[in-house]
Amino acid sequence: MQDDSASLLACLPRLRRYARALLGDRSEADDLVQDTVERGWSRLSSWRRNSDMRPWLFSIMHNLHVDRMRRSAPETVELSEELHLAAPPSSRLEMRDMEAALALLPPEQREVLLLVALEEMSYQEVAATLGIPPGTVMSRLSRGRERLRLLMLGHPLPAPLKVVK
Amino acid sequence: MNTVSEAELQAWVDGRLPQARRAAMDDYLAAHPQQAERLRAYREQNVTLRALFNPVLDEALPEALLQAPRRSWRPTPRMVATLAIAIGAGLLGGAGGWMLHGRMHQSDDVLAAQLRTALPRQAALAHAVYSPEVRHPVEVGADQQQHLVAWLSKRLGTQLKPPLLAQQGFELVGGRLLPGDSGPVAQFMYADASGQRLTLYVSSGQQGTQETGFRFAQEGPVSVFYWIDGSFGYALSAAVPKAVLGDIASAVYRQLEP
Repeated sequence: MQDDSASLLACLPRLRRYARALLGDRSEADDLVQDTVERGWSRLSSWRRNSDMRPWLFSIMHNLHVDRMRRSAPETVELSEELHLAAPPSSRLEMRDMEAALALLPPEQREVLLLVALEEMSYQEVAATLGIPPGTVMSRLSRGRERLRLLMLGHPLPAPLKVVK
Repeated sequence: MNTVSEAELQAWVDGRLPQARRAAMDDYLAAHPQQAERLRAYREQNVTLRALFNPVLDEALPEALLQAPRRSWRPTPRMVATLAIAIGAGLLGGAGGWMLHGRMHQSDDVLAAQLRTALPRQAALAHAVYSPEVRHPVEVGADQQQHLVAWLSKRLGTQLKPPLLAQQGFELVGGRLLPGDSGPVAQFMYADASGQRLTLYVSSGQQGTQETGFRFAQEGPVSVFYWIDGSFGYALSAAVPKAVLGDIASAVYRQLEP
């Protein structure tokens, strides 16, 4: 139990870094980490001993994050899309800021990009952590990076699906 | 002309392209300056993201997070059931037993104190009253299971589903409605081939907590495993040894888990 505790604590800084990048907001991020740790702790029996604890904890965090998004999904998703579409060209310049641009990525693309770029997980590890096929990892990564690049350049986003007919 | 896949382009950005494909990639990028530009931008993103968020790694951890493991260590019902069986079987030695004792002690709280008196006692009482009944152990028999379940579900205000315990050797006999401190209570009764009876007491309207681990109480000859999940309290009672009941309680919990 002592060792498990140490392994879990050792993962905390990385969980916090990822949560901060994912959510942008410090206190929201720490809330997510807190929930992750608590759930991880209560489900320690489902962790396969001698396997790496990090991907296991990251999947727990992913699932909690998805649950939260599901609860508040309509507003957040719509809002960021609308905001961008409604933004006048001058404000697009501000999107050169990486943090702001990151926040405009669809959450599923942001997750993949951050696990690859920050956590330096292999694509297989990302697939296992998020519970998605490797092909989906690659397409989300590819789309996320391109979207981020265009946002950073201050370009308009590739048209979302709901363009007026 | 070389062709490289989009997945390979991404792998190149992350330095994960296999050695064997690197020469082909170099040729491709030399021939496609726009693509090369795009990939350089992606590499730049990785660098910027790390620069932006790596400082979080060096921040002091908030006190609340450091407390989390200790504060939230609460055995799940299944873990306790397993442990109870292990203890019953004498599998846990002194050190392990002592540690369990320490952990259980830590998770002691006001709730536990309240629970210790109310839920298991009422469940054991209901068990003691109805399980010896030969002619009227239940109000509605398992032969009318659909009606039984619909009726009790309606009264408790939730969709109840009596667990299947055939694997543990118990069949549903039926159920009844009982008054409880915080509202109506459903009691499901089971019996095994030898006539040994087992009751599952489901009470609604539990307040102030989301979840507890498995707890055990001994009320005279009746063993009770009980736990709270959301606003529902569950208690499984039978006049059998703790380890045997722990096994069944574990099966019940698994089936009630959404």
